[in-house]
Amino acid sequence: MKAIVMVMLKPGVLDPQGKAIGHALQTLGFAGVGEVRAGKVIELELSESDPARARASAEEMARKLLANTVIEGFHVEIAS
Amino acid sequence: MKAGVVVFPGTNRERDIAIALQAASGRRPRMVWHGETELAGLDLVVLPGGFSHGDYLRCGAMAARSPVMGAIRDFAAAGGHVLGVCNGFQILAEAGLLPGALLRNASLRFLSQDCHLRVERADTAFTRHYQPGQVFRAPMAHGDGNYFADPATLDRMEGEGLVALRYASPEGAVVPEANPNGSARSIAGILSPNGRVMGLMPHPEDLVDPLMGGTDGLPLFAGMAEALAA
Repeated sequence: MKAIVMVMLKPGVLDPQGKAIGHALQTLGFAGVGEVRAGKVIELELSESDPARARASAEEMARKLLANTVIEGFHVEIAS
Repeated sequence: MKAGVVVFPGTNRERDIAIALQAASGRRPRMVWHGETELAGLDLVVLPGGFSHGDYLRCGAMAARSPVMGAIRDFAAAGGHVLGVCNGFQILAEAGLLPGALLRNASLRFLSQDCHLRVERADTAFTRHYQPGQVFRAPMAHGDGNYFADPATLDRMEGEGLVALRYASPEGAVVPEANPNGSARSIAGILSPNGRVMGLMPHPEDLVDPLMGGTDGLPLFAGMAEALAA
């Protein structure tokens, strides 16, 4: 079972990387792009077969290592 | 002063810190590998700069979860002195031994340059050889030194006097132009509530001998050697 952990900076935490991407998009002529924020996607191959337990496990991994909850939030999706 | 210098895979400033510690105390520090858990007999533990575990995931994230950090947590809880420089500061923040986090520099650039630091607290083992308000020069070299904490945490830290050093002009003015990396409230170095754990981004160990171009950083090491003399 695969867990996909998405880690994003919390709202209010400055994201200079997202800003730079936004500037580059404007330079390329993409109009109408508002704020851009960049994050991380981490795919985990888990031996667990129960989706609820897989989610709980991935969320614990996110809290303990994958995200720094001082500055980042996370979201877990389970794909079978 | 018996000092230990912690080495993670990717640490690269341990010898510079060791030279500064030995110059100030006359004693050669012990190198402590990241898998070790025995810190008995040490008066000071230093986490030096570098790129531990390649800075993968987040700077200091992997190192903060290595075996030696459990021992350092116990050492700090028992009142031991811990200093984290650059990547060492990032590791202490990741480990929760100091509040806040170090984000990517606001300019997105890796900055290798001199900066000036204003001493906000001169009553700690780390800063006792400086005067309150004194400004000293320190080289810095980092890509992720932009100090962040939420406003409530920053207010609490200011109220408790946990800001040790701020980026300033050579004359001591804390102004945006003298803040190289976008750090909240120009914070360059912070303390734990008991004043015995300090983290800072710049490198005082780079200026401890006239041959290096100055001795601005020597008082930090001399102060620790005096305060922690066995």
